[in-house]
Amino acid sequence: MTLADPADRALLAALQDGLGPDARPYAALAARCGLNEDEVLQRLQRWRGCGLIRRFGLVVHHRALGYTANAMVVWDVPDERVDEVGRRLAAEPAVHLCYRRRRALPRWPFNLYCMVHGRDRATVRATVADIAARLGLEDVPHRLLFSLRRFKQTGARFIHDTP
Amino acid sequence: MKPLTPLQKRLLDRFQDGFPLRPRPYRHIAETLGVSESAVLAALADLDARGVLSRIGAVFDSRRLGASTLAAVEVPPERIESVCARIDALPGVSHNYLREDALNVWFVAHAEDEAALDALLTALEQDVGLPILRLPMEAAYHIDLSFPVDEDAPVAARRCA
Repeated sequence: MTLADPADRALLAALQDGLGPDARPYAALAARCGLNEDEVLQRLQRWRGCGLIRRFGLVVHHRALGYTANAMVVWDVPDERVDEVGRRLAAEPAVHLCYRRRRALPRWPFNLYCMVHGRDRATVRATVADIAARLGLEDVPHRLLFSLRRFKQTGARFIHDTP
Repeated sequence: MKPLTPLQKRLLDRFQDGFPLRPRPYRHIAETLGVSESAVLAALADLDARGVLSRIGAVFDSRRLGASTLAAVEVPPERIESVCARIDALPGVSHNYLREDALNVWFVAHAEDEAALDALLTALEQDVGLPILRLPMEAAYHIDLSFPVDEDAPVAARRCA
C-alpha cells in the first residue's frame, strides 16, 4: 500500500463514492474525511500529477450510452508474441483496454484480454474478425465473451474497513 | 432511450477527464461551457437518473494502490442471483458482469495487499462453494476508459505513460 498517511487513506476511502452535487463538493468531501477543502484539493492535484489518479471526472456506464454490445475478447497468444500483439491490439481504435493476464491452466489458457464495444453484436463480431485478419491472428485461439448483465460497477475500494 | 441533450454530450466529451480541481467545479464548468451552474447540475442529475453516470471521481492506477485481480467463476444458472449478490456485497469488488460463457461470472477484486486479496477470494470460495479463477494483470497495453458519446464526436483516446 503506497498510502501510509492516515489522512490520505481517509480521503481515498471518502472519494470512493464520488463527488456530490454540492456547490462546493470538495468541501463536502473534506468534511467526510477530516481534512479541509484546500488540503483535499492539494492532495488530489498531487495524485493526478504523479499518475496515481489516472483520470478524474465523469465515470459512465457505457451500456446506458447505447453501447449495448460489449465483448471481452480473450486470446491465447504464444508468450513470445504476446507483448507485440498486445501493443498492436491496443492501437486499434475499436479496442478499449488491453491487458496481459496470467493464464489459469488447465481451465483457462487465455493470456491477452481486450474490450470491444459496439451498438450490436454483429458489429462487434465483424470488428473482431477484421482485427484478427489484419493482425494475422486468425489462427490464435480466441473467444468473445459478450456481457449479459452488469451486476456491479463502482470505483475500486482497497480499504475495506473504512466507512 | 431519450437522446442526450447537447449540454450532456458536451459534459461527457469534455469532463470524463480533466474535471476541475477547484473549490467550485460546477461553476467553473458552467463558465467554460457558457451556461449556468444550475443547468450543469441539472444535466448531471439527469445523467445520473438515466443510469449513464456511475459517479464523478477518480479512476486510480490500481496497481499502485494495492492488489487487484480479475476473477471468474462458473456459476450454475439457478444460482447466479444468489452468488452474484454475495459477490456484490463484498466492498472489495468493483465490477461484476455476467458473461456469455460456461465461465459466466466475472468480477474485479481489490485489497490492500496480495495476502488480503487472497484471503478475500478464499473466503468467497468457501462461502459460495465454487472455485474462483484468479487472472491477475501482468501488463497493460492501453488505458482508455473514456467512451465516445456519439460516433461523430469520439473522445480522444488517452494513454498512460
